[in-house]
Amino acid sequence: MVGPLDNDSWLGASGKDWDIVLSSRVRLARNVAGVPFVGMASDPDRNEVVGMVRRIPMFAGNDADLTWHEMENMADRDRRMLVERHLISHQFADATFPRGVAISKDQRLSVMVNEEDHLRIQTLAPGLALREAFQRVSEVRDEFESSIEFAFSPRWGFLTACPTNVGCGIRFSVMLHLPAIRITEELGRVRQAAKDLDLAVRGYHGEGSESVGDFFQISNQITLGTSEDDLLEEFLGAVVPRLVEYERHARTVLQEKKRVMLEDFVHRAHGTLLSARLLGIDEAIKLLSRLRIGRALEVVGSPDLSVIHRLLLNVQPAHLCALSGTSMEEGEETLAARAEMVRNALG
Amino acid sequence: MEHKCDRCEKPAQVHEVRIKNGKKHEIHLCPECAAAEGYGSTGAPTAPQFAKAIPVPAQAQRRRITSCSTCGLSIAKFRHHGVLGCPSCYQAFEKHLEPLIARAQGGATHHCGHIPERQEGHMDRQLQRSKLLKKLNEAIAAEQYERAAEIRDSLQGLGGSVLGGEE
Repeated sequence: MVGPLDNDSWLGASGKDWDIVLSSRVRLARNVAGVPFVGMASDPDRNEVVGMVRRIPMFAGNDADLTWHEMENMADRDRRMLVERHLISHQFADATFPRGVAISKDQRLSVMVNEEDHLRIQTLAPGLALREAFQRVSEVRDEFESSIEFAFSPRWGFLTACPTNVGCGIRFSVMLHLPAIRITEELGRVRQAAKDLDLAVRGYHGEGSESVGDFFQISNQITLGTSEDDLLEEFLGAVVPRLVEYERHARTVLQEKKRVMLEDFVHRAHGTLLSARLLGIDEAIKLLSRLRIGRALEVVGSPDLSVIHRLLLNVQPAHLCALSGTSMEEGEETLAARAEMVRNALG
Repeated sequence: MEHKCDRCEKPAQVHEVRIKNGKKHEIHLCPECAAAEGYGSTGAPTAPQFAKAIPVPAQAQRRRITSCSTCGLSIAKFRHHGVLGCPSCYQAFEKHLEPLIARAQGGATHHCGHIPERQEGHMDRQLQRSKLLKKLNEAIAAEQYERAAEIRDSLQGLGGSVLGGEE
C-alpha cells in the first residue's frame, strides 16, 4: 500500500522564482541491451528486466533507499495516488503486463520499470531545483550502469522505443504556475515561445492532459546532438527565465492596471473555498490556483503556500479517497468530502 | 533455400552466419567472391583484397529493408505507432529514421552526451579502428603492402573483423 505523503519538503516551493516554479523534474529513458523494447517484448522478457533491476545493489539490504512496488498487485487507488504525485505515468498505471516502480523514502526519486522504455528514472524536487535533480538522477544512472548494459549506439546514443527520445534520453521539466498570463490573455506568446525554443507544453498530469488551474509542465524536446549539461544550462539559463519573465510581467500588469479585478477573483476564490459544500476536482484546482496567485501577490495574507500545495494534491480523487474513504468517482459524497477537507484546511 | 551471392548474384557456396548483439547477419558468397574476400584461404587476405572489401557496402544498406530481422517489426507498423520494436531497429531502419530524427531534433543526427562507462572502451576501439582503416587505405593506394600488413595486424589486434564490424 502506498503510504501517506508526510514529507512537507516535497510540497514546499522555495528559493528562486518560488512563486512561479512549483517543481522541477529530470527524467532519463534507458533500455536494456539485447532485449526488445517494452511494447514488443514478451512477458518473460519484461520479467527478465524486472529481475535485472531488482538485483542491483541499490535495492539490497534493509536500509535500502528504494522500495519496490509490483504494479500488478497494487490496488487501483494506490496506483492513482502515485500518478497524482507524478511518480508514475497514467499509461504505466493502466498497463496490464509485468511492471513495477521503485520509489525512494523521500518520494523524490522513482524508477518505472517497463513503461514505454525498460527504465524511466526520474527525480522530482520542489521549486526551481533542476541542478539538484540532475545530480541525483546522474548518481542513480551510474548505479544502474554498473550493473546493467544499456542499449547504446555510438551514433544515436541511448536507444529508446520512441526515436524522439534518442540520444541523451533526458527530459528536463518544470511545473509552472502561469495564471496571470492566462488572465491577461498572453498565453499565445508563451505557446509561441515554447515553439521557438523546441519545448513541449503539457498539462498538470503530463502527456495528453489539459492544463487545469493554469499549471503547465514545460520540458525540452531536443535530446540529440547536445550534452546533458548543455541542455540543462540552456533550459535553466534561457528557457525557464523567459517564461518566468512573461508571467512576472503579466502579474505586474495585473497589480498595476487591474488591481480591483485581481482582488475580486482572488477573494471570490478564497470565499468559495471557505464556504462551498460541494467541490468538483476541476473547480477545486482552479480556485486553489487563484488563491495561490493571491497569496504570492499578497492579496491575501494566508494560508501558507505549503497548505495550498498540500490541498492541490489532496483534493485529487485517489488522495481524497485515501483520506476520506470516499469513492474515486465524482459523486455527491466525494464532492462533499472534498469541500469539507478544503474548509478544514483553510478555516 | 538456395542463396545467391551477395556480391554478384551467382549461386552462393560460402555461407556465414554472424550473431552480433542478438542480431543475425548472414553472408552468402560464390567461390570467386569468397576468395576475393579472403574466405577459405589459409592465410590472411592480401592487401588488394582488403581494398576491395572495405568500400563494399553492407548488403542491408543496398537492399530495401522493410522489417527488422531481430524483432520482426515492419516499417509500416513503426509508421503507424511511432514506436520501435528493439535496439536493432535503429540499424535496420536507419535510412528511414535519419530524416525523422533530424527533423525532431533540430537537425542533429549524432549523440554528443553521456557515454556509459562500459561503452567508453568500445568507442575508443571504434575510433582507433576507423583511423587504422583510413591508414590501411592510404597504404594500399601507395602500394606499401608491407605497411598495409602491419596495419592489418593492428586491426585484427583490436578484436574485430578486418572486413568490417565486430565478431
